[in-house]
Amino acid sequence: MAKVLMKGNEAIGEAAIRAGCLNYFAYPITPQSEVAEYLSKRLPEVGGTFLQGESEVAVGYMIFGASGAGERVMTTSSSPGISLMSEALSYIAAAHCPAVFVNIVRGGPGLGGILPSQGDYFQATKGGGHGDYHLLVLAPDGVQEAVEMTMQAFTLAEKYRNPVMVMGDGMIGQMMEPVEFPDDLKTEPTNKDAWATNGMSTRKSKTPNLVKSLFLDSAELNRNNLDLKAKYEQMKKEDVQYELYNADGDYQILIASYGTMSRVCRTAIDMLKAEGIEAAMFRPKTLFPFPEKQVYDAAVKDSCKCVISIEMSMGQMVEDVQRCVMGKKPVEFYGECGGEIPSPEKIIEIVKELIG
Amino acid sequence: MGKTFSKPEALTDNHTHYCPGCTHGIVHRLVAEAIDELGIRENTVGIAPVGCAVLAYNYIDCDFQEAAHGRAPAMATGIKRVRPDLMVFTYQGDGDLASIGMGEIIHAANRGEKITVIFINNAIYGMTGGQMAPTTMPGQRATTAPAGRDAAQTGMPIRMANLMSEIVTPGYVTRQAVLKPQMVNKCKKAIKKAFEYQVANTCFSFVEVISTCPTNWGMTPIDSLKWAEETLLPYYELGDYKTPEEA
Amino acid sequence: MQTEVKFAGFGGQGILLSAKLLAYAAMKQGYQVAWIPSYGPEMRGGTAYCTVVISDKLIGSPIIKSPSHLVAMNRPSLEKFDDTVKPGGIVFINASLIPVRSQRKDVVELAIPVNDIAIEAGSVRAANIVALAAFAAKSKLVDLDLLKKCIKEEFAAKPKIIPLNMDAFDRGVAAAQA
Ligand SMILES: Cc1ncc(C[n+]2csc(CCOP(=O)(O)OP(=O)(O)O)c2C)c(N)n1
Ligand code: SF4
Ligand SMILES: [Mg+2]
Repeated sequence: MAKVLMKGNEAIGEAAIRAGCLNYFAYPITPQSEVAEYLSKRLPEVGGTFLQGESEVAVGYMIFGASGAGERVMTTSSSPGISLMSEALSYIAAAHCPAVFVNIVRGGPGLGGILPSQGDYFQATKGGGHGDYHLLVLAPDGVQEAVEMTMQAFTLAEKYRNPVMVMGDGMIGQMMEPVEFPDDLKTEPTNKDAWATNGMSTRKSKTPNLVKSLFLDSAELNRNNLDLKAKYEQMKKEDVQYELYNADGDYQILIASYGTMSRVCRTAIDMLKAEGIEAAMFRPKTLFPFPEKQVYDAAVKDSCKCVISIEMSMGQMVEDVQRCVMGKKPVEFYGECGGEIPSPEKIIEIVKELIG
Repeated sequence: MGKTFSKPEALTDNHTHYCPGCTHGIVHRLVAEAIDELGIRENTVGIAPVGCAVLAYNYIDCDFQEAAHGRAPAMATGIKRVRPDLMVFTYQGDGDLASIGMGEIIHAANRGEKITVIFINNAIYGMTGGQMAPTTMPGQRATTAPAGRDAAQTGMPIRMANLMSEIVTPGYVTRQAVLKPQMVNKCKKAIKKAFEYQVANTCFSFVEVISTCPTNWGMTPIDSLKWAEETLLPYYELGDYKTPEEA
Repeated sequence: MQTEVKFAGFGGQGILLSAKLLAYAAMKQGYQVAWIPSYGPEMRGGTAYCTVVISDKLIGSPIIKSPSHLVAMNRPSLEKFDDTVKPGGIVFINASLIPVRSQRKDVVELAIPVNDIAIEAGSVRAANIVALAAFAAKSKLVDLDLLKKCIKEEFAAKPKIIPLNMDAFDRGVAAAQA
């Protein structure tokens, strides 16, 4: 298929359709409103459902309802909107429903700004809503990966019956890059007869299905949490995704970064190489499950003096990196916020300082 | 110099960020004039919405708090309940008040909070680039209703003033417009009256103002005044919908 | 090799479209490309700008502080970005609206009255196409015939304005080569 030049936000909308998701609910918010604008035009063309909800709170439950009824469904939002959806995310996870949430992150906290940021890492990977649950979180580094991850997200959401978040940032949403929509990423929807409220008449078994999260009996609630936990453990075994860059040789430093930030780091690493300095990059593509062993292995390599996490935040992923490196090497941090993005020159300066 | 041309004390010297022909600026002025005339500036707290008027605090010269999208009436409640001596007003757009903030506005009114709400109905989401609002007219194009609002799918535009007038708790509810000088004068009186009810600790007060958004309507300022008059006014009838006296 | 071109001007001057067309043609020619807009509150009524990155390998940082070339459609754009252009780059100036010149000695200046040329072609709205064509002819970043084809494709839904834009394109190329 020929490549087309598309804005990240529009490409995400198209990717959902190509993945067989014809249902979309959302509430406008910069910098991702183009997804809704694109789909308000495209979904009617393909016989799909587009609805602008009255708030992100409502949208969260439109997603819950549609997902509980067994349909593929997606919403997109940006940070303040995701905060409002976090309640529904907790319920959706608790009820074991598959759904795709895209967060095109902007600067926070509060109203913050509308420029790219990575300040929602904690919210995405450690909860956000209440209770013991996790999202599977995919972090694309550009428009092509945003497309691929959006398509994969539906498959993963159904595999685990768990909400999946694609977490980009304003840069990925707003920029245009050439993209392809790989047909092989489209999967058949799983059979949901065992649990979805898809109408008893369509099912062999005539017992009603119930989508719920209330378990007043302590043993039952414990059971539900163990079931969730088992899924997260399975994700860690089967669905960790990451990339190592310039990591074959003897590097002196390991840079951990993801998303848009990793592209800047990549440029810095190339520039360092031209000066004879070897730096490697560890880039998680799944932020949850975090590639724990992989970052450990890359960090403990003999030549590697230290690890630095570079983020468009005040230090969030660095806590996972520290946790996984387990004190074997020093783990440093550098970050900028609010739409400020560490430049390749700044990264080079810091790297030189660290490796002396 | 004639009084009409002097700048109200409650208005700053800052140039507004509003687009040419946007009526947010006019309503800011009316609010500032009412505050001046009642002499309440140093005792007033405004709540800025999330919408084009989020920066209202740069122009209206009194204490301000900035709310999350739609939550202004709840914040105003918080202030008014702990400091009943303060004059508290919210200034909200139609996305902010009639969509995401529908719960907060209804309950603030129903509790009879002694606050004043200025509600700017421009039939669109201005700040985020022209998406459909609950107040968008049938057939009116929006970036999330590219073929025009389809009432069969998204219902008819919400008439907030009508809806608010159904609340049994006493209150002052009116709908005004700022499309012509006479309308501006009337709107000014209504805004002042709304604040007066608060000063007298009488009741909740709500002023809906039919406004324009030339940028997202894709019209010149002149055309948008005309369009608003021809299209919005027949559906959104002007006048008082409820007064505390009649209760 | 990586080249970055910054397009800047008033909102409504077709900056984003010129940039997109350049990126599109470069993509068709087999390059990696990225089109990176400025977005945010500064866009309302102010200067709009957009950077196109063209490279023969994967594009790294989308944050470009100093572009290889600048296409300035109005005076504030020139004044804001003149300093940032890499030495040896092209500083393209819309001479219809910009009465001043680059302050730099180490860049290649190309000043063309694109609004006037567009008016001669039939409409000032084609000024962005005149500028794009002239810049492309000077910089030789993409094949001119291919770029022209991309413009035709872009306007496919409005066939009426294609001849105007084709004429504007040719005039732009001629002005750059004069
Ligand atoms: C929770 C949340 N959702 C969405 C937004 C994005 N947002 C900002 S302003 C706005 C709507 C503005 O429209 P309106 O209230 O009609 O005000 P106007 O700009 O038209 O005056 C939206 C959806 C946000 N800031 N926070
Ligand atoms: S976008 Fe609309 S509401 Fe906002 S300032 Fe411009 S004209 Fe006014
Ligand atoms: Mg509005």
